[in-house]
Amino acid sequence: MTSKKEESATTGIIIEIIGMHKWFGDFHVLKDINLNVRRQERIVICGPSGSGKSTLIRCINRLEEHQRGRIIVDGIESTNDLKNMEKTRAEVGMVFQHFILFPHLTILENLTLGPIWVRQVPKAKAEETAIYFLEKVHIAEQALKYPGQLSGGQQQRVAIARSLCMRPNVMLFDEPTSALDPEMVKEVLDVMIDLAEEGMTMIVVSHEMGFAKSVAHRVLFMDFGQILEENTPQEFFENPQHERTQLFLSQILH
Amino acid sequence: MISLIGWVKANLFNGVFNSILTLVTLYLLWKSVPPLMRWAFVESLWLSTGQECHAAGGACWSIIPGNIRFMLFGFYPADQQWRPLAAMAFLIGLLFYRRDRRHWKKFLAYAWIVGLFGMGLRMRGGLLGLTPVESTQWCGLPLTLVLSVFGLTAAYPLGVVLALGRRSKMPAIKTLCIIYIEMIRGVPLISLLFMSSVVFPLFLPEGITVNKILRAQVAIILFTAAYIAEVVRGGLQGISRGQYEAAESLGLNYYLTMRLIVLPQALKIVIPPSVSILISAFKDTSLVVIIALFDLLRTTQTALNDPQWMGFSAEAYIFIALIYFLCCYFMSNYSRRLEKELDRIL
Repeated sequence: MTSKKEESATTGIIIEIIGMHKWFGDFHVLKDINLNVRRQERIVICGPSGSGKSTLIRCINRLEEHQRGRIIVDGIESTNDLKNMEKTRAEVGMVFQHFILFPHLTILENLTLGPIWVRQVPKAKAEETAIYFLEKVHIAEQALKYPGQLSGGQQQRVAIARSLCMRPNVMLFDEPTSALDPEMVKEVLDVMIDLAEEGMTMIVVSHEMGFAKSVAHRVLFMDFGQILEENTPQEFFENPQHERTQLFLSQILH
Repeated sequence: MISLIGWVKANLFNGVFNSILTLVTLYLLWKSVPPLMRWAFVESLWLSTGQECHAAGGACWSIIPGNIRFMLFGFYPADQQWRPLAAMAFLIGLLFYRRDRRHWKKFLAYAWIVGLFGMGLRMRGGLLGLTPVESTQWCGLPLTLVLSVFGLTAAYPLGVVLALGRRSKMPAIKTLCIIYIEMIRGVPLISLLFMSSVVFPLFLPEGITVNKILRAQVAIILFTAAYIAEVVRGGLQGISRGQYEAAESLGLNYYLTMRLIVLPQALKIVIPPSVSILISAFKDTSLVVIIALFDLLRTTQTALNDPQWMGFSAEAYIFIALIYFLCCYFMSNYSRRLEKELDRIL
């Protein structure tokens, strides 16, 4: 395991997906996915709904199990080994479409829960970290409220801060802005851009093309459970190769 | 005054049918309430002997002060009576103290353990210079309270574990829990009590006996837990998959996810049905008369066998109904308060 870890550090690859397949029953959701993500790389995945993009990033922290191929995150292969699974999940931050804060806990408690119980950080230290990240997402004054008292955009920023409190090496975003009212999209994207500028490794499933253009190193287009196209944002938007990509872009860019 | 007449017109006499209903109801009230009042309060006797009661026509409340000691404590030695009394006072004090959520600290859990243990010790004696009192002499209200408080506190966690087991991904555990829940729910409590008192001893090696109260207690716990389990399972189904995923994506394991995220929300949802079950379990403890334990209901019946008080069962039963009502009302009142407090959060 250590040798693998050193290897991944030197090659700079943090996520390695090799020939990965996934089925939901008879339905072949993901077909032969191969993807390497370097440290500090930012990838945006887009594609029509049902194309398997959410399932792909959910496989990375094993919220979904893959059936064939390998997924290696920061030197740890994704298997059914519970200890490794929990370790990977603690290293990989995840932000969901519907925020999913814990409604029975205050914002502060939402943020300190992971560090206290998973990382065994002392409570005072965890709260200090939580306040630091709440300030970063411009929401520190809401620390003692409950999630139900916040707007969608505020909740999503709290959800991002909650992941950051675990000091993750990679952040996964599963359509983080698509459940938000239009006027709240920007406040969330701004936080994500800040994060990108600090060098966080990010994989973002999103249809925010402006965000993809300005932040991503690579854009992936998925359909029918396959990665159909992979390119730099500039090439991707100006000169799409695959006809499905062309169709998709013409539909969302009007 | 105008508005009162208006209200009466609008609510009691709007239309022929409603007017007739109102008049019939008024007549029935006129016929029933005054005699009841006369019986209960005007012609009633509060402190007298049985003979005086027979002579008078009204309610004989005297039966209560006359038999209170036996009704509440049964055969418990009279000179040691302060012990169950102290145990009950302590228990009720603890219950009231717990009402305030701000008092829910770790030490309260210890207070409960020490308190329950101390309650048993005080009742039983044999230590700290207390004369031992055989458990066959535990009767009346303390017995009812012991059976229900121990029963409900033990049944609830067991029920939660069963509910989690029933939703487990491990087939063996899941099957076991389903069999347990369905079997227990398929039989009446009375038959479980019979089994505990008649069948269970047959399986024990000779010379070993398990205290009868303990056996009844276990039967009550097992029975109530099965019902609690199904209610809690309903609450667990109310928690969205997202909550599990969010917890898992932070790296929380199964135990922590359940304890910190899922159960606090699920148990809050099921407060009302849980309290229904706890209330009905509390009243069901009176079924232990069937295996000859002297709970509150049975000691009262026994007191009524005294020829002096023959014929005044209504008064005695009203009295214990009042005791049961107070306990149940306390439970439902407490649960409503708790719900309101938690509602402010969720």
